[in-house]
Amino acid sequence: MKALVYLAHPRPDRSEINAPMFEAARGIEGITCVDLYGEYPSFEIDVDHEQQRITEHDAIVFLHPLYWYSAPAMLKEWQDLVLEHGFAYGHAGHALDGKVTFNAVTCGAAAEAYTPEGANGAHLRDLLMPFEKTADLCRMRYLAPFALFGAGRAVEEGRDQPHLAEWRTLLKALRDDRLDIAAARAALSLNGFKAAGVAKLEAV
Amino acid sequence: MDLLAAGFVYLVAAVIAVPLAKRLGLGSVLGYLIAGVVIGPVLGVVGGETVDIQHFAEFGVVMMLFLVGLELQPAMLWRMRAQLLGLGGMQVLGSAVLIAAAALVFGVAWQASLALGMILALSSTAIVLQTLGEKGLMPTAGGKGSFSVLLTQDIAVIPMLALMPLLAVNAVAGGHDGHGDSGHGAPAADAHGHGHGAPTLFDTLPDWAQAVAVLLIIGGIIVAGRTVIRPVFRFIAEARLREIFTAAALMLVIGIALLMNYVGLSPALGTFLAGVVLSDSEYRHELESDIEPFKGLLLGLFFITVGAGIDFQLLLSNPVGLVGLALGLMALKAGVLYVLGTGFGLRGADRWLFSLGLAQAGEFAFVLFGFAAGAGILGAEVIKPMTLVVALTMLLTPLLFILYEKVLAPRAVRTEDRAADEIDEAGSIVVAGIGRVGQIITRMLVTNGHKVTVLDHDPETIENLSRIGFRAYYGDATRPDLLHSAGLEDAKLFIAALDDREKQTELVHHVAKTYPQVTIHARAHDRHHVYELERAGAHLAQRETFEGALAMGRDAMTAIGYHPFRAEAASRTFRNHDREALDGLRESWNEGGVSKSYIDAMRAHSQTLFELMKADRHDTHDRSERGWTPPPKGDASL
Repeated sequence: MKALVYLAHPRPDRSEINAPMFEAARGIEGITCVDLYGEYPSFEIDVDHEQQRITEHDAIVFLHPLYWYSAPAMLKEWQDLVLEHGFAYGHAGHALDGKVTFNAVTCGAAAEAYTPEGANGAHLRDLLMPFEKTADLCRMRYLAPFALFGAGRAVEEGRDQPHLAEWRTLLKALRDDRLDIAAARAALSLNGFKAAGVAKLEAV
Repeated sequence: MDLLAAGFVYLVAAVIAVPLAKRLGLGSVLGYLIAGVVIGPVLGVVGGETVDIQHFAEFGVVMMLFLVGLELQPAMLWRMRAQLLGLGGMQVLGSAVLIAAAALVFGVAWQASLALGMILALSSTAIVLQTLGEKGLMPTAGGKGSFSVLLTQDIAVIPMLALMPLLAVNAVAGGHDGHGDSGHGAPAADAHGHGHGAPTLFDTLPDWAQAVAVLLIIGGIIVAGRTVIRPVFRFIAEARLREIFTAAALMLVIGIALLMNYVGLSPALGTFLAGVVLSDSEYRHELESDIEPFKGLLLGLFFITVGAGIDFQLLLSNPVGLVGLALGLMALKAGVLYVLGTGFGLRGADRWLFSLGLAQAGEFAFVLFGFAAGAGILGAEVIKPMTLVVALTMLLTPLLFILYEKVLAPRAVRTEDRAADEIDEAGSIVVAGIGRVGQIITRMLVTNGHKVTVLDHDPETIENLSRIGFRAYYGDATRPDLLHSAGLEDAKLFIAALDDREKQTELVHHVAKTYPQVTIHARAHDRHHVYELERAGAHLAQRETFEGALAMGRDAMTAIGYHPFRAEAASRTFRNHDREALDGLRESWNEGGVSKSYIDAMRAHSQTLFELMKADRHDTHDRSERGWTPPPKGDASL
């Protein structure tokens, strides 16, 4: 599966998790990586170029921090412009049919906050519903999110390296078609593949 | 042989020997020294006039000190204080004490021993800086350490010159009246007022007053530099005559040297101070560029005279003793440096570079021998062999550098971990031309915390900028030497922002050719100038009026009633199309003028743009609003 990773982070120089994740993805063969803020610093997205890009790939991953239960503005702008009527949706829009997509996000709050009983009152996957519904409308296959909670303290607590390792394994599994897509669509999270019922993954 | 003919012989020797020495990897200094040895002691072409020419050539040392002074901004000195006082101060003190002790053992009087210790503790700024620069070793930890030590040594000359007269109080009788023959024996001994026969102001003063006078004169130079010299340079700069500025720079250096000679002080000390005083002035780079060639040539001449002045008779009379003395001196200094280097965290190759590179005695020795002889501290029986020893250590230095490069450095790198190099502060930026365009760019970069060196040839602009706190330097940015001294070889980015279209292209061409590693951004007059600059080697050329005009076009649309965001979108569409046109027309453009294919392509592009904008006005599918238009009504799948 040809995978495309979009990074949407306005300050990669201050990023402790997203930027290393992007670098890690860049180091994997067969993964295309695009830094949206880097490529379009004035938000002038080249729609034709982007449509060409996603057409050429089978999986589209959005790597971003969670801003107000959504993504940084650039990613929304990307959706607004690139997922055009007649291209991604609508009667004649079938360019994205069947493609796989998911969000790889970093969250400020701890994992407990993202439960029906927790502070946010919902699972992360439920909060990301706009992304899921957008994918559905574009006839894409939406997978559970891959998340790091408590991201601001991850480096201090030594959780960043394990997360990066898991991220690499996930991308390689995706690339090599070793990911159980059906299970990944049904899961709550892509983290801890075994627990989520996703095909068992060996470190590649 | 008259002076002109002798000068010719010197130049011929230099022109042959120096490129040869450089080709063989020996460095220019050894080339000059060898040239001197060949025309002097070996061939005997020159002889008696060596001393006369050396008086003249020592001006190279004077100018070098002026340039070293120019490099020493007080702020930088303050930043380096730990290195200067610790590493440099301990090197001078340690070497001086040990050398003095050794001299005492050889039976030299204590005053003379102390003088010898101080004199020989100094290393050769000229040789070491030149060699480190040529071999690209300046940015290494060893190179930086060496620079700190050399700097301390250059400064230490000041207290040494002040101390010398005091040492003379009990020295050899009849010496310090300046007429004693102690100063006449050594080739370099009498260059500085003493021993010329003419009594100087200094000789009439009692010894304690001499020390006071030294301090008074130093203070005078500092005050005059602040209050008189800078306004004078401003006045001269406003005349905009390059050669007059050069003349003024030379006048300043020669004037100070003469003044110092008159009072009987070291001209090198005076010009050094003048350099420090002018180091944070806006004329620094221009002064540097003007003096540099004179310095280089005279310093070369100086080294030739050192080579030519080597007394082979004396050397042959006691070769083992003198060479042994030279080797002993170097071993002693290298030992002190090695211990200090270890203490200050230098390891591996850097420690070797530091201790071997600075082990020689310096050109200041010749100057200070003269001073000491004049003051009657050292006699000819000491100065004559010691001059030879100093020259020998200088001759040996390039060999030590070769030993370092070929043997020690490769081995040290292999066996010891090198500490990671310090990360340079984001790389420096040079902006040429601080007019309407350059000023905005510079302000943006400076307020974002970047180091920017600005060059401009309008004294008034420079003056105004320095009033509001910008560091700008006066000078014609199209001068290759000025670009060099502005530090272009270490710059990351060069921004050419000259007003004059032709000069701008010429400048870009020169920089692209001379400094291929520097990224060049250039301000372009118009579309054709963009192509011209690109051809000259610019990595990026922006039409100076383009973005501003776009903004005004957008504002115009808003003013006549467009929604601001719509006007912004229109300006973006226009910009993108115009950029495409710029790319599309590049091939059809040639310097001779516009060809038919260019005009055709231009026409086609305007037509497209017109269609595009027309579509913008009426069509339902609006490119500039793409994605912000609602989906068509009645799509069954929605």
